[in-house]
Amino acid sequence: MADPFLIGDGMTGGYGKNGPDILHDCTISVEKGEIAVIVGPNGAGKSTGMKAVFGMLNLRQGSVKLGGEDITKLSPQARVRKGMGFVPQTHNIFGSMSVEENLEMGGFIRTDDISETIEQVYELFPILREKRLQAAGELSGGQRQQVAVGRALMTKPSVLMLDEPTAGVSPIVMDELFDRIIEVARTGISILMVEQNARQALEIADKGYVLVQGANAHTGTGKELLADPEVRQSFLGG
Amino acid sequence: MDFLNAIVALANFVLIPAISYGSQLAIGALGVTLIYGILRFSNFAHGDSMAFGAMVTILVTWWMQSLGVSIHPLPTALLALPFGIAATSLMVLTTDRVVYRFYRRVKAKPIVFVMASIGVMFIMNGIVRFIIGPGDQRFADGARFIMKARDFKEMTGLREGLAFKTSQGITIIAAVLIVALLFWFLNHTRTGKSMRAFSDNEDLALLSGINPERVVMVTWIIVAALITIAGVLYGLDKSFKPFTYFQLLLPIFASAIVGGLGNPLGAIAGGFVIAFSEVTVTYAWKKIAVYLLPDALEPSGLAQLLSTDYKFAVSFVILIVVLLFKPTGLFKGQSV
Repeated sequence: MADPFLIGDGMTGGYGKNGPDILHDCTISVEKGEIAVIVGPNGAGKSTGMKAVFGMLNLRQGSVKLGGEDITKLSPQARVRKGMGFVPQTHNIFGSMSVEENLEMGGFIRTDDISETIEQVYELFPILREKRLQAAGELSGGQRQQVAVGRALMTKPSVLMLDEPTAGVSPIVMDELFDRIIEVARTGISILMVEQNARQALEIADKGYVLVQGANAHTGTGKELLADPEVRQSFLGG
Repeated sequence: MDFLNAIVALANFVLIPAISYGSQLAIGALGVTLIYGILRFSNFAHGDSMAFGAMVTILVTWWMQSLGVSIHPLPTALLALPFGIAATSLMVLTTDRVVYRFYRRVKAKPIVFVMASIGVMFIMNGIVRFIIGPGDQRFADGARFIMKARDFKEMTGLREGLAFKTSQGITIIAAVLIVALLFWFLNHTRTGKSMRAFSDNEDLALLSGINPERVVMVTWIIVAALITIAGVLYGLDKSFKPFTYFQLLLPIFASAIVGGLGNPLGAIAGGFVIAFSEVTVTYAWKKIAVYLLPDALEPSGLAQLLSTDYKFAVSFVILIVVLLFKPTGLFKGQSV
């Protein structure tokens, strides 16, 4: 079987130069145009696992490959240029700048015309077109998440990584955000996301990873994990 | 008639001086606020860097005057200004390279930056005094007045004169131009927007591929231009003396903090709040009171709230009140 499009393979490491290991031989991958979801209990290293894929912590072992190219040594900024988009969990927008300026800053590294991509983001999130001149910090939680995702899409990434995109938004907004994420995946962009709302996230996932204490506990398609009695009992509340 | 005289006196002694002083403070405070927003520290070397910029401009002005270069009726210093800005840019970029960049690399706390900037302040202080001396320097030339008090009296037949100095006119026009240019730059250019983004959310700016060293460099150059202009305008309006520029640090910081640190709009508003407070509190109101009040109510004293010697106390008091009741400033800035 060919290598997945993006894979963090056997990752072991933690924050800082000498920090304790948080991840232990953890493997996370996503195929082109698919949605992979990382779930698990609090403190399981879900976000850390994703940050490791994005190069935000020191790996002592393991490697990260994007499209067959080894990017283990690249900085997060360099990975953005390679086609990875990252939406942090908090502080993921420029609050004092307008929605449109947020998108422009998202496409800062591009030297070509970005107006077409802005247009695509507005088509994906019509509410942002309406609010495009408003300061992003004044928007509602769900709308801010849309700005954050839109900003990350401005580099036309091949992989979009989302750290708990639905944290703190209402269930209705959450459903809508998930719909939008599926739409993004349909355009051929791979999605890797960390989610607290495990059940809903696994329902839309092509692939799911259950992490426990920084290691892979269960891996399978979203449906398999939802059907797995052990996963249900431990993580999905029966 | 008395009412008109009162208004003219008010304009002559309060409004015009306060507006031009406020413009100078505003331009100075814009520099403080930009550094605070982007480099994230309070730059105590601001006043003395201002003196440095003014000094270079004065030296070039003298040289130009000796060559007979003149743009009469405008002061020659305007012609020398670009040289001053260039030299000051070079100076601040050098200090950034040899001092501040190290602390950025080791991610030092803001207080460490502040202490380093105090060191830079002392060095700058010494350099300026060493080169041009600690005394008063005059370098203004060209027409002194746009409107002389006597001419105004003859023109209008009023008892009160209205004097409008060339330096005041230039200050106000320059302030309007600079503010317009700066806001256009920050709001409509790619580099300006990247500066705002960096100030708003540094991590996300890095993630978006904004180069922090470039943002820092552009900021310093803009700040160098602002302080040189503010320093030269102040020198033209009053006179140049290194110690006065060091003292300007207080009203300039007060302006930036009152307006809301990191908020350019606030810096401008703050500059005028401080300038108007200082001028109105230290002005002897008797003259105006005499025009407006019936004779029986004529004040026996000068009706001056505070001697001009204490004008710095005004900045202090406003600063304390703002920090106590509205630490983020009048406009939404960062709290100190």
